[in-house]
Amino acid sequence: MRTRYSALALLLGPALCLIGVFFFVPMVASLALSLTDFDIYAVADRSALRLVGLRNYTALLGDPLFWSALRNTLYFVVVGGPLSIAVSLAAALAVHARGVRMKGLFRTVFFLPVTTTIVAVAVVWRYLYHPRFGLLNYVLAAFGLGPVDWLGDPAWAMPSIIAMAVWKNFGFNMIVFLAGLQSIPERLYEAASLDGAGRWRQFVHVTLPSLAPTTLFVTLLTAIGYFQLFAEPYVMTQGGPAGSTRSVVLLMYEEGFRWWNIGMAAAVAFVLFAILLGVMALQAGLRRLLSASNDADASAAKAAAQPRQVPA
Amino acid sequence: MKARRLVSALALHALLAAAAALTLFPLVWMVGVSLMPSGEAMSLPPRLLPSAPTLEHYRTLLERLDLVRYLASSATVALGATLFSVTFNSMAGYALAKLRFAGHRPLERVLLAALVVPGQIGMLPLFLMLREMGLVNTYWGVLVPSMAGIFGIFLVRQYASTIPDALLDAARVDGAGELRVFWSIALPLCRPILVTLAVATFMGAWNDFLWPLIVLTDDRLYTLPVALAGLFGEHVQDPELMMAGAVVTVLPVMLVFLALQRYYIAGMTSGSLKG
Repeated sequence: MRTRYSALALLLGPALCLIGVFFFVPMVASLALSLTDFDIYAVADRSALRLVGLRNYTALLGDPLFWSALRNTLYFVVVGGPLSIAVSLAAALAVHARGVRMKGLFRTVFFLPVTTTIVAVAVVWRYLYHPRFGLLNYVLAAFGLGPVDWLGDPAWAMPSIIAMAVWKNFGFNMIVFLAGLQSIPERLYEAASLDGAGRWRQFVHVTLPSLAPTTLFVTLLTAIGYFQLFAEPYVMTQGGPAGSTRSVVLLMYEEGFRWWNIGMAAAVAFVLFAILLGVMALQAGLRRLLSASNDADASAAKAAAQPRQVPA
Repeated sequence: MKARRLVSALALHALLAAAAALTLFPLVWMVGVSLMPSGEAMSLPPRLLPSAPTLEHYRTLLERLDLVRYLASSATVALGATLFSVTFNSMAGYALAKLRFAGHRPLERVLLAALVVPGQIGMLPLFLMLREMGLVNTYWGVLVPSMAGIFGIFLVRQYASTIPDALLDAARVDGAGELRVFWSIALPLCRPILVTLAVATFMGAWNDFLWPLIVLTDDRLYTLPVALAGLFGEHVQDPELMMAGAVVTVLPVMLVFLALQRYYIAGMTSGSLKG
């Protein structure tokens, strides 16, 4: 027994220590810091540090800068999230469709943007969006539209960032959807077609319900990722124009690492954390709801798949 | 009926080809512009391909802008993260999958709950901690948060739990210790998922921006994405040069992915569906 436990310590120890020290401790410390006035003076001299209770949070909630950052982030999540999931699903369905040649090639091509660094991509897209020499305005001009100052106009900056994010990210969710599509049992389609369902009705009654758990999972991952919007506005717009692309994480970065208001920045981080917890609770609730209705669906599908007497 | 099916198949392929072209366009254009002589990208009508391809911008990056240093920096961080994360996560993932011990369930539950907590939450205290430890502005500081991770542990755990216990028990009966069983029996069987984990870690570490931006204050240590963002501030008016920088930043990861995508995609999707 002794050797078992020493082996266990050797195998589990390093990873758990690293995660404990560099993930759990900072997380708890962050909560503690958010209750202090830790600032640039405290960085140099700890005795300048004072507990301030919830003052950082009340200050934050009274700060229009915070609300505009939250609004911008929600814009990105609520518009960009569903859009990128829809594109991922469409791509997965097209690649998965019966009779498509070179599925592997299409899958690879659609995934390529996922492998890129956001900084490099932001550089490329900034030139595509260039108001005078950019290709996008050139194409629009051919249709008699524009020119639009994509990243310089507060109304257009966030949509421009969303378009770029969708392009960069849809490939990842596409492969998750593809795996979901591949795991739908063929007999469900056979049963449906025996019942006289055409391709559209098969899609609505078999494909979509079977993909529901995958969609929920993808939605959660995408929401969590999109709430952490940072590099795109940092590189492309520095949060501008007129603060229209300053996200919550960008605000945290500026408060913490530009102004060294670390207590305040930790409070921003925890508000974000609370929002993410809310999103996760919502997802868990939906999943419970879904699995309840899925059980009903599954038994119906099973009934439909039963071999039946063919009337002579 | 047959004709209709042919038409719809053709339409679907045309649609897919158009979508693929649109997806590839920014990447192809990036390469095209990086090969243009200075000033050619900023002209009307916009050019898609260089009139006379030149490597002058790559030469500038190499000779004047310390490209080799940033490449080496990125390679150090990405390979280091990959090496540590594959080692530590495979050990812990195997232990969770195959060893029974007191506190096993609660430990897994805590880890799973923390799986969805974004690292940004603890970033400020982590920075202050590393500052105390003298790790700010070092590669260790960049590496430390990615050396072991909950996602990686569970990726390996899921895969290792499919190894039949009988196989491990047979080795134990033959007198092999636990470490020996892990090293000689379990690890070789986990090879596909270890490749998945290696590719995912390499990609994540190479592409990461926020953390190295915070930890590395000396531009001699900058990784490529951080260096590129810095250069972009100074050289906004040189699209050809910036595009060459973007190509160099993006290419290594793309090649790794293309070489190992079979493992990467299979592993990522098998793990994620159980989430």
